[in-house]
Amino acid sequence: MSVSQPLLTVEDLRVRFSGRVATVEAVRGVSFEVGREKLGIVGESGSGKSMTGRAILRLVPPPGRVTARRLVFEGIDLLSASESAMRRIRGERIAMVLQDPKFSLNPVMPVGAQVAEAWRVHSGATWRESRRRALEMLEAVRIRNPERVYRAYPHEVSGGMGQRIMIAMMLAAGPDLLIADEPTSSLDVTVQMQVLAILDDLVTQRGMGLVFISHDLNLVASFCDRVLIMYAGRIVETCRAQDLAVARHPYTQGLLRSLPRIDRPVAELAVLDRDPAWLNSAL
Amino acid sequence: MSPPGTAPALLEIVGLHVSFGHDVAAVQAVRDVSFRVAEGAAFGLVGESGSGKTTVLRAIAGLVVPASGRIVAAGRAQGLHRARAFARVCQMVFQDPYGSLHPRHTVDRVLSEPLAIHGLARHGEVERRVDRALADVGLGPSFRFRYPHQLSGGQRQRVSIARALILEPRILLLDEPTSALDVSVQAEILNLLARLRRERGLTYVLVSHNLAVVAHLCERLLVMNAGRVVEELTRDQLRAAAPAEPYTRQLLQASLGYDRQAAGQLTTFD
Repeated sequence: MSVSQPLLTVEDLRVRFSGRVATVEAVRGVSFEVGREKLGIVGESGSGKSMTGRAILRLVPPPGRVTARRLVFEGIDLLSASESAMRRIRGERIAMVLQDPKFSLNPVMPVGAQVAEAWRVHSGATWRESRRRALEMLEAVRIRNPERVYRAYPHEVSGGMGQRIMIAMMLAAGPDLLIADEPTSSLDVTVQMQVLAILDDLVTQRGMGLVFISHDLNLVASFCDRVLIMYAGRIVETCRAQDLAVARHPYTQGLLRSLPRIDRPVAELAVLDRDPAWLNSAL
Repeated sequence: MSPPGTAPALLEIVGLHVSFGHDVAAVQAVRDVSFRVAEGAAFGLVGESGSGKTTVLRAIAGLVVPASGRIVAAGRAQGLHRARAFARVCQMVFQDPYGSLHPRHTVDRVLSEPLAIHGLARHGEVERRVDRALADVGLGPSFRFRYPHQLSGGQRQRVSIARALILEPRILLLDEPTSALDVSVQAEILNLLARLRRERGLTYVLVSHNLAVVAHLCERLLVMNAGRVVEELTRDQLRAAAPAEPYTRQLLQASLGYDRQAAGQLTTFD
């Protein structure tokens, strides 16, 4: 996949949380571009990967403050856009899928109606038309009995089904860029494969851009086109996903070595020795 | 199923059935599961959510009552209730280190309570045993008077392991002990578990959805689906990608990473 015209340009993105006694910088000067490709952002908890995803959509909760030299999505400056302009961008142009569908869906509304509502809000279609469209979307994410699932409440569907419903909701609007934050971490491996296949097809067939945030290096290496590795709020390394196995930064190498592997047994797993120099030096 | 080797089994499960609910709403969570674990072995239970793997572990620990079947631990057939002595044979480490430690008990209290219940240590001795239990899991004595919220996820899981080991049991039941942890912390905990087993000749039953974690720690594993045993195989068979059952082969393939073509060919096993 070529990165001819970037959809999103991020330059020197910072997210700060100021308290009374101290200021914590969760994201410390991150720069990257996303084209019509699958870009993975990998890191451990606290590395700032989720905050980076949220900052793009200006969804960082107060007292968090987002600054950047440039944060531009298809010619739109996301930092200076008004709140009403952002509402039109969110969902319609840039969508987000979060880790746990249980907390993202409205528990007292049938899931089909939620997908239909998303479509109605974005297109201005009638309820009847939205319902038809929602059923199409549920079918597109390979839900076998869309009529039955349409009427189900979130607690009546499994985790994998819930995640597919979230993707169906996001599909309705047909966004140009999807930010998926650990979209498959709570799913069984086989269901995970099916959900990833749907996302993969959206990128290859519709030309959508995908920012895939994950802690799972093996998954990102096999699924994404490019990978950014984050550590303590900074990108320490960028590489093609297929080259992740030969990554150069000691942090990336350490993470890879600490993973148990079925095909390469070791008596003792390597333990990560964190070098304070990683905090401030990129490769 | 033939017993592995000639060593007598420290833990034996025969024809275990567990069901939840009654009559029409009854769910058969575990159906006819049998396996033997030899002393000093590490045995894995693998499966996707709803496979019944955790329920098997909870049945061994006495946390759920089986509908039928036999559980023999250290030569003793277990009934409806666990005797107090069972706690000194078998202990469990839970998945979520955030939920399994009492939020208002210090590490010291968590570790000394089992000693008090079992009348194992005189007053002056408790301190020494708590310090040693902490040292065994790689934590210094300064951790004794901390509360769970003052610990990281990895440190909490170390405390959970220390709590399980303070009564010096022979069997450790491990329910997804690393799934809530970052990979670098997971490596530390897996190394710790391997070392403790080596030093003390412990017997492990490890439940995990992660085939790589199970293959790392266990020599034998049982694959479960929808409450039933799919197959029992050795780690070497798994590594040679030679499972007999299509279900296990699919699980193995999906665990190795994303593959668009394979994703289109996934089938549902009931």
